[in-house]
Amino acid sequence: METVKKICKGDVRSASRLIRDIEDKIPSAKSQIKKLYPYTGKSFIIGITGSPGAGKSTITDALITELRKRNKTVGVLAVDPTSPFSGGAILGDRIRMLRHAEDQDVFVRSLATRGALGGLSHAVGEAIHVMEAMGKNIIIVETVGIGQQEIDIINHAHSVIVVLVPGMGDEVQTMKAGIMEIADVFAINKADRTGAKQLQTEVMSMLNSAPILPDDWRPPIVMVGNVYETKAFAKSIEELVKNLEAHYLYLKSSGRMAERINRKIIVEINDALRANILEPIVHSLEESGELRSLAQKIKSRKADPYSAAEEIARRFLKQ
Amino acid sequence: MYFTKETQEASLRLTEKWDKDVQKAVQETADQKVRYSTVSDLEIKRLYTPEDIKDTNFTEDISVPGEYPYLRGNQATGYRGRYWTFRMFSGMGSAQDTNERWHMLLKQGQTGLSTAFDYPTLMGYDSDSPKSLGEVGKCGVAIDTLEDFLALMKDIPIDQVTTSMTINPPATILFAMYCAAADIKGVPLNKIGGTIQNDLLKEFIAQKTFMCPPEPSVKLISDTVEFGTKYVPRWNTISISGYHIREAGSTAIQELAFTLRDGIEYVEDVVRRKGMNVDDFAPRLSFFFNSHIDFFEEICKMRAARRMWAKIIKERFGAKNPRSWWLRFHTQTAGCSLTAQQPYNNVVRTTTEALAAILGGTQSLHTNSLDEVLCLPSEHAVEIALRTQQILAEETGVANTIDPLAGSYFIESLTNEIEEKAWEYIHKIDEMGGMIAAIEKGFPQMEIAEAAYRFQRQLDAGEKIMVGVNKYATDAKHTIPLVDIDEKVGEEQIKRLQDVRRRRDNRATGQSLNDIKNACKKGENVMPHCIAAVKNLATLQEICDVYREVYGEYRDPGLY
Amino acid sequence: MTDRKIRVMVAKPGLDGHDRGARILARCFRDAGFEVIYTGCHQTPEQIVAAAIQEDVDLVGLSCLSGAHRALFPRVVELLREKDAADITVIGGGIIPEQDFDALYKAGIKAIFTPGAALDSIVEWIRTNIKPRA
Repeated sequence: METVKKICKGDVRSASRLIRDIEDKIPSAKSQIKKLYPYTGKSFIIGITGSPGAGKSTITDALITELRKRNKTVGVLAVDPTSPFSGGAILGDRIRMLRHAEDQDVFVRSLATRGALGGLSHAVGEAIHVMEAMGKNIIIVETVGIGQQEIDIINHAHSVIVVLVPGMGDEVQTMKAGIMEIADVFAINKADRTGAKQLQTEVMSMLNSAPILPDDWRPPIVMVGNVYETKAFAKSIEELVKNLEAHYLYLKSSGRMAERINRKIIVEINDALRANILEPIVHSLEESGELRSLAQKIKSRKADPYSAAEEIARRFLKQ
Repeated sequence: MYFTKETQEASLRLTEKWDKDVQKAVQETADQKVRYSTVSDLEIKRLYTPEDIKDTNFTEDISVPGEYPYLRGNQATGYRGRYWTFRMFSGMGSAQDTNERWHMLLKQGQTGLSTAFDYPTLMGYDSDSPKSLGEVGKCGVAIDTLEDFLALMKDIPIDQVTTSMTINPPATILFAMYCAAADIKGVPLNKIGGTIQNDLLKEFIAQKTFMCPPEPSVKLISDTVEFGTKYVPRWNTISISGYHIREAGSTAIQELAFTLRDGIEYVEDVVRRKGMNVDDFAPRLSFFFNSHIDFFEEICKMRAARRMWAKIIKERFGAKNPRSWWLRFHTQTAGCSLTAQQPYNNVVRTTTEALAAILGGTQSLHTNSLDEVLCLPSEHAVEIALRTQQILAEETGVANTIDPLAGSYFIESLTNEIEEKAWEYIHKIDEMGGMIAAIEKGFPQMEIAEAAYRFQRQLDAGEKIMVGVNKYATDAKHTIPLVDIDEKVGEEQIKRLQDVRRRRDNRATGQSLNDIKNACKKGENVMPHCIAAVKNLATLQEICDVYREVYGEYRDPGLY
Repeated sequence: MTDRKIRVMVAKPGLDGHDRGARILARCFRDAGFEVIYTGCHQTPEQIVAAAIQEDVDLVGLSCLSGAHRALFPRVVELLREKDAADITVIGGGIIPEQDFDALYKAGIKAIFTPGAALDSIVEWIRTNIKPRA
């Protein structure tokens, strides 16, 4: 059976191999993705972000449990940082989701950033497509969580959960980093700790100070308790899922879903253009040594980058 | 001022001259290494002088044995009244196998028993659980029910010998089994003595033998402290352990700091939860340290530990009874210092480490067997290890006088340095909100992982040496006979367990399990209910399953 | 522009929690430029195999210090075969007596590293023996 068919039937081995090929930029992966594309676009995609140690993986794990109770099939893409020194990475998020390891309807895949900024991996968009083609109802994308500028997730997800936790001392930073604006739902984790109430108040007042139109979505705040208070914890996760459902309905009824999907597709086109036009040009300039000599010229002010780019564009795009 | 002005001036003058001599000499013959440091990577100077301890206050910092702050030992008499307890950790296969080994050890002059359990027992699973596949009887003795425990204790005079049990999440259950066994043998509870390790915090930090989350784990520990204090006064209900922290790759300072900080956490919980006075139970707290290969560092660590705990328990908790101020500890030589290559060399390592423990003033000692890095110890290897202690005690004269290294510029200075750095860690953890909070942040775990990786890198780079591994290595294969636990041990154990389940009064068992559940839910002490349940032949896992159900299961957060 | 990376999993089957070696290896592999999936302690062979397939690793490194390797290591290989993933290489480490080596090799464990093995020698073995598929 060919790969695409296998993936559409939910075969994990083929899917995980294709994701690997995408990450490793194997040329054949592109043609597979093209063939898969018609079968994508039917899943609901949830992004989950927040600073390291905020409990993203623990909440993801609990979300899986709750979604499975509702008979949803789930895919998870968990992103961890690549070491800039060695190019290697330790991918440890799935350790908190091991209880689902043997559930056929849950597919957890770790990705390393491999130099991508913005908290995700370059492969994430296509990896989502693979999981969509597998027929996963819900796909959860967990970002790295370094905290700053981690907003790429809005280009991929329909709903974004921002996880905050009291007493980490970085709540204010998170707010500054522009991460608050991307939240569709807030989860305040470890809400049994001192400072949780205060954090909730702060988030609320921040939301109140932002201009909001009557039929706009107002991000709800879900207090998630101690993971070991099993019953209360499960309840708060149930509440989280209900809020996600509400957000989904809002997106549909308000027409915002179409907007988000459009945005997502434009980003995809952008990425594809970059991969097909810009990257090959830069690559060829590197190979021929032109890039370096050009840099020399610009350095001595015998040329400027703008005219050089115009000239290069004319030359390459004619081909 | 520790020295007279005259001595200090002379010292400065002569040290200056010495320093010049050294500068000249190293021009001719360079040092063998660029940097000299302990196995924990603590930098060591070429020479220590009065200058290094000039601020010491004799009364406050050093004093005499039997006096606060107990730097030089708890007992005024040292080892003259009695040696440390020769306590060899052992356990293997079935209860009967282990019982036989114990009788052999007692006959050879061992003075205390110490139990190693297999992994299913340690983790709270029965031998026939799917999780126990391949593990039954492998690393220690398999105990499923009170019947196994009685076989383990067969003909052991439990009113005369003390027994230490290395057990953590199921500690309440093994403690209950010991109490039940005493009852059956007709020995009153106030006549039995022993130790349960019962230190869960170090499991989250280092050894990873955990079951329930930190909070309820500490609650169960406080239950045993309360019960022990009331009914089993000679029992050490917690052995606050640095051993495993060290084996996981920590430095000596981390071992010391994290262990003492764990101790603080336990004391706080008992005082808060049980409303007990610190003097009621502090005298029964005991500690357990590692004796690693760096001789002086270990001695200083142990001396610093005594002084620090005395200060903690007196100043932080306001204990008034001098017995509360004592830090009593068991020591085991470092398993991680042994090598699979050229295994006979391990005898030398263990001897050195045992000597450090004695000079550090340990109350009790396990010496590792030369084959412990390869398998469970053979009878012959255990005998050599036990004889090592006996030779040190009886022949070498090291136990003749108390704390013989005191007053050495180097020893006192290194003791101070270790103590200072350990306080820094303790204060840092205080700031994080205590040890449980620190564990949740992964702080001690990460510090240890960092240290372990650094050491391994130093080893690979040849900056640290293990003889036979990265220096003086040979291709020769070792030829020592290895102990092998037959897979049949597991099969037979499962048969015994299933037979008990058939024979017992299941209604009574169920009822007593229910009682434990109710006690857990109401926050009552579980110990009396545990004793009843084990007498009704509830299995270890059945009781642990109750804990798991009520308290939840802790899962490895996998921080790296 | 292809960028094949070696992807490995470091797993601890069984009940023992001695993860010092596993953690050191995870760091060492990262520093060698591999992508490492670390599963933490107390995993069943079933969980390990499911994760290995989902993560599409080239190699699974098993660490066990309790003596349960005899039952657990071969079980991992067996399950990989059942799941049509026999191409994933399995190596082992921990306290493993030499007398067990033959049986483990026969069961499909490709290499065994015992205490004292230099980190670089393990990395070297992987670089030599694991060729990420083209």
